[in-house]
Amino acid sequence: MKRLVATSLTVDLGRRRALATVDLTLEPGRLTVIVGPNGAGKTTLLRALAGLVAPVGGDVTLDGEPVRWMRTSERARSIAYLPQGGTIAWPLPVRNVVALGRLPHGERPDSLSDSGRKAVAEAMAAADVTGFEDRPATELSGGERARVLLARALATKAPVLLVDEPVAALDPRHELTVLQVLKAHAAAGANVVAIMHNLTLAARFADDIVVLDRGRIGAHGTPEDVFTEAQLAASFGISAHVSREAGGLVVVAENPLAEAP
Amino acid sequence: MRNLIWLMSRSLTPLTFGLAALLAILAIASLAIGPAPISPWLAAKALVSDQGSASIVVREIRLPRTLLALLVGWIFGLTGASLQGLLRNPLADTAVFGAPQAAALGAVAVLYFGLVGALSWTLPVAAIVGALLSVTLVVTVAGRNATVVVLVLTGLAVGSLAVAGTALAISLSPNPFAVTEIVFWLLGSFEDRSGVHVMLVLPFIVAASLMVLAAAPGLRALALGEETAKSLGVNVPLLRLLIVGGAAIGTGASVAVAGSIGFVGLVAPHLVRPFVGYDPARTLVPAGLTGAVLLLAADCAVRLIPSGVEVKIGVLTALLGVPFFLWVIAKRKAELAETPA
Repeated sequence: MKRLVATSLTVDLGRRRALATVDLTLEPGRLTVIVGPNGAGKTTLLRALAGLVAPVGGDVTLDGEPVRWMRTSERARSIAYLPQGGTIAWPLPVRNVVALGRLPHGERPDSLSDSGRKAVAEAMAAADVTGFEDRPATELSGGERARVLLARALATKAPVLLVDEPVAALDPRHELTVLQVLKAHAAAGANVVAIMHNLTLAARFADDIVVLDRGRIGAHGTPEDVFTEAQLAASFGISAHVSREAGGLVVVAENPLAEAP
Repeated sequence: MRNLIWLMSRSLTPLTFGLAALLAILAIASLAIGPAPISPWLAAKALVSDQGSASIVVREIRLPRTLLALLVGWIFGLTGASLQGLLRNPLADTAVFGAPQAAALGAVAVLYFGLVGALSWTLPVAAIVGALLSVTLVVTVAGRNATVVVLVLTGLAVGSLAVAGTALAISLSPNPFAVTEIVFWLLGSFEDRSGVHVMLVLPFIVAASLMVLAAAPGLRALALGEETAKSLGVNVPLLRLLIVGGAAIGTGASVAVAGSIGFVGLVAPHLVRPFVGYDPARTLVPAGLTGAVLLLAADCAVRLIPSGVEVKIGVLTALLGVPFFLWVIAKRKAELAETPA
């Protein structure tokens, strides 16, 4: 159970300010979804939370401990990070790719401990990839690869899981599978943060929504609080219709507004 | 150190034993093949006990040549495999960084200005400096996240610059004998090398091997990209420094004693990868051994090819390596188009 806190987090990418004094508290046991227009700084925020990019100002702490001063192995055990559109360079068997998630624990794919083997098996079952554990990773479809890489991130058993667009390449069925996995992972106590573009899916699964807008937090709260027509107009520059249906909030984007935000 | 011990213990497989046995057979053959006919049995005996003139031939002429082919082949295979792992690309080799050409320029510059004779520590050091400069230049120009196309084009440009520099030194040389010597040396050969050459190159090859092998475990996480590797706790900048530095040192030292010999580092990893489950860390040691096997076999072959003067080994490896290179490109065209390096 780890609380992740960003305090006045400021990050520059080259000369551009990607994040400006972001204050954000991410609670364990919750699935937080970050949404925002392209270029809002979502990926940069996720990388900064993972300790992969050095802030020019402010800090990220995990239960009070600054992430950037943590030992790399300890950081890797505490925070699992899944980048967007990951690739796998060699035709490694799927099982060995998932087993890479055990590296932070000092376990190699060909010499896993009992707990490591169990973590890998559980991760593969959760991400629904057990059926093709012997297949070469380079021969997978986009959706299969996305799930294998998610299983890799789950296998670390880190208390914090940061995932960048985990459902971008998936069909509706696997979209739901993956979001259910993330939701269950959060319900089991993990601090799960995901970037998404589909607002209706985000509203259905997220406990909290963070709207990132030009490097700043536009809004942070429950989907009902955040997904209002006024907020969507301000952050995304769209007119949208938000309605409450049996399955949750439905956000229908109607028109781009004449003036982009 | 723990990594090294682990890698060594993991490398004790039937594959490495098979390759080692093959190396031993080729080494005996290499001691036996040459103008003076000596049987393999006598060659082996002449190596360990005094057999008169046979011992002189085997120990003074053929042993240094055999050891050099072994060492140079090993480091080419090892660094080729590590660069392919680092760049996540099966076409990577030191030649992609223009390193052999630049190493040759470094060595030629030292020879040309008559700073030293061909048997000095200065020669490998100058070649290593040349290799390091070319790698630095390529990485600076192409950028760290360059695509393969950008990287190959940059390497081509830097390599061409080094070749032009070498050509300039040759064309301005007042001494025709020196020119002939440099040109033949550039073609790559293990002919007429002595124990001094072995001692000259050995420390650099050991250092380069240790650097590359220390980086091995991180290569595996790198299969998932730099971001993921970092998130898994791998020190990616250090890994890059160890591998690129090791490759430059190994290439420089090899070029200094043997001239320009290409394509071994490109081919060797491909031959072993299917046998180690495509694991980029476990590819390293077998690829090094395969490199040694290939180069030793090639060095035996150039002595067996019936010709007036010995065919240069660099020429032979290029004649065999280039078609292989083209075959890999043809097979992987589609994916190579967009792979970032």
